Amino acid sequence: MPKMIFMFPIMVLLVFPWAASYEISNLNLSVIDNDHSRMSHQLVEAITASGYFKITNVSNGYNDALKSIEKNESDLIIEIPQHFEKDITTGTGVKVMISANAVNGMKGSVGMTYISGIISNFNQSNLSKQFPQGAKNGLMPIQIDEQYRFNKHLNYQVFMVPALMVMILTLVCGFFPAASIVFEKELGTMEQMNVTPVPKFTFIIAKLIPYWIVGIIAISIGIIIAWLVYGLIPAGHFYVLYGFTIVYVFGISGLGIIISNYAHTMQQAFFIVFFFMMIFIMLSGLYTPVQSMPEWAQWIAAFNPLKHLTDVMRAIYLKGSGFGGLMKELIVLVLFAVFFNTWAVISYRKTQ
Amino acid sequence: MTEIIKPSLEKVIVTENLTKKFGHFTAVDHISFEVNRGEIFGFLGANGAGKTTAMRMLCGLSKPTSGEGTVAGFDIHKQPEMVKKNIGYMSQKFSLYDDLKVWENIELFGGIYGMTDNEIKLKTDELMGRLNFESERDNLVKSLPLGFKQKLAFSVSIFHTPKVVFLDEPTGGVDPITRRKFWEMIYEAAASGITVFVTTHYMDEAEYCDRVSIMVDGRIEALDSPANLKEQYNARNMDGVFQQLARKAKRVDS
Repeated sequence: MPKMIFMFPIMVLLVFPWAASYEISNLNLSVIDNDHSRMSHQLVEAITASGYFKITNVSNGYNDALKSIEKNESDLIIEIPQHFEKDITTGTGVKVMISANAVNGMKGSVGMTYISGIISNFNQSNLSKQFPQGAKNGLMPIQIDEQYRFNKHLNYQVFMVPALMVMILTLVCGFFPAASIVFEKELGTMEQMNVTPVPKFTFIIAKLIPYWIVGIIAISIGIIIAWLVYGLIPAGHFYVLYGFTIVYVFGISGLGIIISNYAHTMQQAFFIVFFFMMIFIMLSGLYTPVQSMPEWAQWIAAFNPLKHLTDVMRAIYLKGSGFGGLMKELIVLVLFAVFFNTWAVISYRKTQ
Repeated sequence: MTEIIKPSLEKVIVTENLTKKFGHFTAVDHISFEVNRGEIFGFLGANGAGKTTAMRMLCGLSKPTSGEGTVAGFDIHKQPEMVKKNIGYMSQKFSLYDDLKVWENIELFGGIYGMTDNEIKLKTDELMGRLNFESERDNLVKSLPLGFKQKLAFSVSIFHTPKVVFLDEPTGGVDPITRRKFWEMIYEAAASGITVFVTTHYMDEAEYCDRVSIMVDGRIEALDSPANLKEQYNARNMDGVFQQLARKAKRVDS
């Protein structure tokens, strides 16, 4: 407990200002270069040299690139057409297509702005001087064809609602289990249980099952409100959504039980829960994209189950991803669930 | 009632130098005693004498620092879960689930001890009849008066017919008539062969026990039948015996 009191201000003031920054960086870029010319390479180099983009994927076709967005491997796609260099040199002008993943509307549009800026800079500094004929008819040699994917209207609610559902699940199914065992400790029923031959595993499972039900009810209410009020319907299948919910609730309530096992009083339990919730929510990508955080904060976020489910929910709602596309997240969440619950069973002591 | 079983020489609880230390504080200091089957064994001592700590070790709730002990034939160090299968326990604090109904509490604990649904149902009917509890069956436990709650807690603690039942100050805070009735239930349980291990502060209750041990500062200072103790300490009642022994206590009651 005294440790927590020291940790809390340290975490809040040292971690969050970095993690909760609104500056967008480290955008993942998928490149489709159909020209493979000197000039197309120059353009790609100019983009990476800006420091905002990382090339994470080089695809041969648009569909491949789109898949990398579905898997959350890239945020933007740039497609350089064939005869790129030739068309510039002859002054015909050329269109470069840029698609942004607008699931996170802010990230998508900021990425788009950056890349447009870089390209217009490239136009002016490199090309206009070399090929003045292109600028004659008032057109820049390279023009941009902007496309937003998965959230065409850049609607912020579409982005927030699925993430808020995750927050609801976390609060309901993480907070209450944390109170459950401590409450029984204070009541005295815990001692009565400890003096029975009930196996530890059975006891913990019995404690978890109600939260499964509660979690499913909570998410169902969320889905209904998202539909009635915001007109949002998941693009993916419901069974994927519920499948992930069950795995997640299992994990997060396991964490609640662990806290409950260690805490001696309700106050202690609530303080610890509050501490975790702060970190989980700040580092979940709910408000600011995790990718734009410093690398060490990203590492913390990698161990944040909330972050993974937030990604998953957005993907199901907006991109219609299935278990196949979300396999990595599924494995991670299952591992969390197994880890937390094993710990929960071990940390539950029937004998002092 | 079923056949009356007299205390036999079968040992249900055996301890040998059982000790529990919390840091430098020795709560229970090398206690050794034996309890026979069917006996009502009174465990007396002032507050802080170590009664509850000793009892918690016997129930497998607390690990002994040193010393040996067996309860119902199982080692309290090595087989605490086996011990738990064979005992019942009623703590000072009422500890059934308040927000469950009477029958739900019975079913929950019966089920944990591995009783079949049928067995639970039959015994619940029998119990409700015997305690005149039929009307309370579907009520939440929190709505019961204290006396009822205690009777219920005791009935639940022996519902699975354990070999030993541990009662930690079971009659705290109830009126003399309810206490009297409670002791009748204890006698019935003992008569059916359940060994009763009971801590109490009431010296009149000590008189009801077959044998009594008195703890002072974590040690057992006296252990015998109430009649023998009164003779030995030349006292008119158990209160007199207790006063003489408790005066030796050096620990300040916290």
